Amino acid sequence: MSFINKNTSAVSEAIFKEQRQLRKERLLASPGLIIGFVGFVIILILAVLVPFISKTDPNAMVVVDRLKPPDGEHILGTDEFGRDLFIRLMYGARVSLWVGGCVAVFSCICGVIIGIYASYFKLLDHILMRICDGLIAIPGILLAIALIAALGTSSWNVIVALTIVYTPSVARTVRASAMVVREQPYVEAAKVQGFGNARILWKLILPGVISPLTVQASFIFAQAIISEASLSFLGAGIPAPAASWGNMLQASKLVFSKAPWTMICPGAAVVLCVLSLNLLGDGLRDFMDPRTKGGAKK
Amino acid sequence: MGEHLLEVTNLKKTYPIYGNMGKLFAPKDHMCAVAGMSFYIDEGETYGLVGESGCGKSTTGRIIVGLNKADGGSILYGGKDLCRLSEREYRPLRRELQMVFQDTISALNPRQRIGAILEETLTIHGVKDAAKRREQVLATLERVGLSEEHYFRYPHELSGGQVQRLGIAGALIIQPKLIVCDEPVSALDVSIQAQILNMLMELKQELRISLLFISHDIGVVRFISDRVGVMYLGTLVEETETENLFANPKHPYTQALFAAAPDPYIRRKEFTALTGEQPVRTDKFAGCAFSSRCPYTTERCRREAPEFREIEKGHKTACHRV
Repeated sequence: MSFINKNTSAVSEAIFKEQRQLRKERLLASPGLIIGFVGFVIILILAVLVPFISKTDPNAMVVVDRLKPPDGEHILGTDEFGRDLFIRLMYGARVSLWVGGCVAVFSCICGVIIGIYASYFKLLDHILMRICDGLIAIPGILLAIALIAALGTSSWNVIVALTIVYTPSVARTVRASAMVVREQPYVEAAKVQGFGNARILWKLILPGVISPLTVQASFIFAQAIISEASLSFLGAGIPAPAASWGNMLQASKLVFSKAPWTMICPGAAVVLCVLSLNLLGDGLRDFMDPRTKGGAKK
Repeated sequence: MGEHLLEVTNLKKTYPIYGNMGKLFAPKDHMCAVAGMSFYIDEGETYGLVGESGCGKSTTGRIIVGLNKADGGSILYGGKDLCRLSEREYRPLRRELQMVFQDTISALNPRQRIGAILEETLTIHGVKDAAKRREQVLATLERVGLSEEHYFRYPHELSGGQVQRLGIAGALIIQPKLIVCDEPVSALDVSIQAQILNMLMELKQELRISLLFISHDIGVVRFISDRVGVMYLGTLVEETETENLFANPKHPYTQALFAAAPDPYIRRKEFTALTGEQPVRTDKFAGCAFSSRCPYTTERCRREAPEFREIEKGHKTACHRV
């Protein structure tokens, strides 16, 4: 914020303090945001730190330990090759978060560019939205499988395929809310003030679509994690020895009647991760609207 | 005629009316929101535009500041016809033609602080130095009766009157020649209305700005305007100097408007209200615009539109009776 100079007076200090206080109240009024954020951060920290806290190789087989139930040595038990499930789960989280995060970021960037321009220029709208319609018409997971079949299996190709799958839905969300913002009187007022098209698009319309976009991004993050797991489960995702939640679920399907923890643990990891992302997204939406009052929900 | 600041001639704006099948077929008719408006505004003058809601007064204002495109006629300003300028050619003129909105709070970006909103306008119009921008913003805020405190506020943290002051500040900051005020006080309490109107009067005299003041409140218009145009169904029905209009209203619609206006000093049992509703003016509309509601309507009024002509010096009206 460039307009805040160093020599801000006491008046402005008091106002900033008041505004910070209001923000704090709003934050505390949405427990979902805090729970989702904490859950997501715990998973993130575990995933980032696991190579540093444990020397165990997630892919090294210890055949004598195969299918051990949870105990003191292996807190979540072992799989059919005797690999520690907890360690593999954390390495799987690295893959899931990396894929999910990249897909969310890339599809948001593409979706925002497409959506904003489509909302503002009529001709572009027709062209871009028909392409998006076409992509949406194909079931997402099938499109991803087809793309991966063409591109080959690797984590980057999963990211590219899922980005193509999710970009149209981001573009549609952005376009829908951008069209609402475009009709706002303050956009008209800006035109009267002499704003150019680019300035209207990026300085007025973009901030207006940020809050639906963050919600959408968190959902896409969550959905991409599920899709990545599905793709891996179907053998079209991350190649086999590497740990990913989908691979682990697929491996467990042969042994889950004997060792149910091999299925429950990666399944629960997907659920927890997706749940905290969704809570985070919902909470963010409430928090980011400057007009929501703290405690208004009670 | 070159001495007028702004001259509007035979301005037209129509909207298509589609049939049951929507835009699938060509429109079956056109609704004329503005049907041939002609007036002028001089430098430093306030021109009041009154009329009931839906008569096209806001549309006229919006066309002048370039928010709507006209379908016919011309708006001469500084030797250029505003109706024929492209978006790009219009942009330099934005600096001179500004607008104050009725619903100012929604005309302000809710996500920016007031200081940032005002400074952005200056940036666009080429004030590169940040300190200078800030100085100008603070000066303008002071001019409209706000203070440094409001510089750091968000628009929704202000009261209705303060927001309207801010709206005026937003228009004033780039020193325009003409401000179109679209119902600037009709959403405010009477006491705050008075403050805003006084402020507008002062500013206008001090800075020699012209105002196009659009309102449905004839009391407000009488206070602020030098000349008044009465509008009905897309056309002007009467236009003259303010005091002359109130002393000597000629057109039956003007008379009806005055009769219907509430006056705190007169206790009435009933208002002499106009009956019926404003009709929709389509392409096929013939006769006097007011003929469907006028108490003096004759056969001639339904057939033939009266000419908008000068009956005394500076007093124009469109009625067969005068």
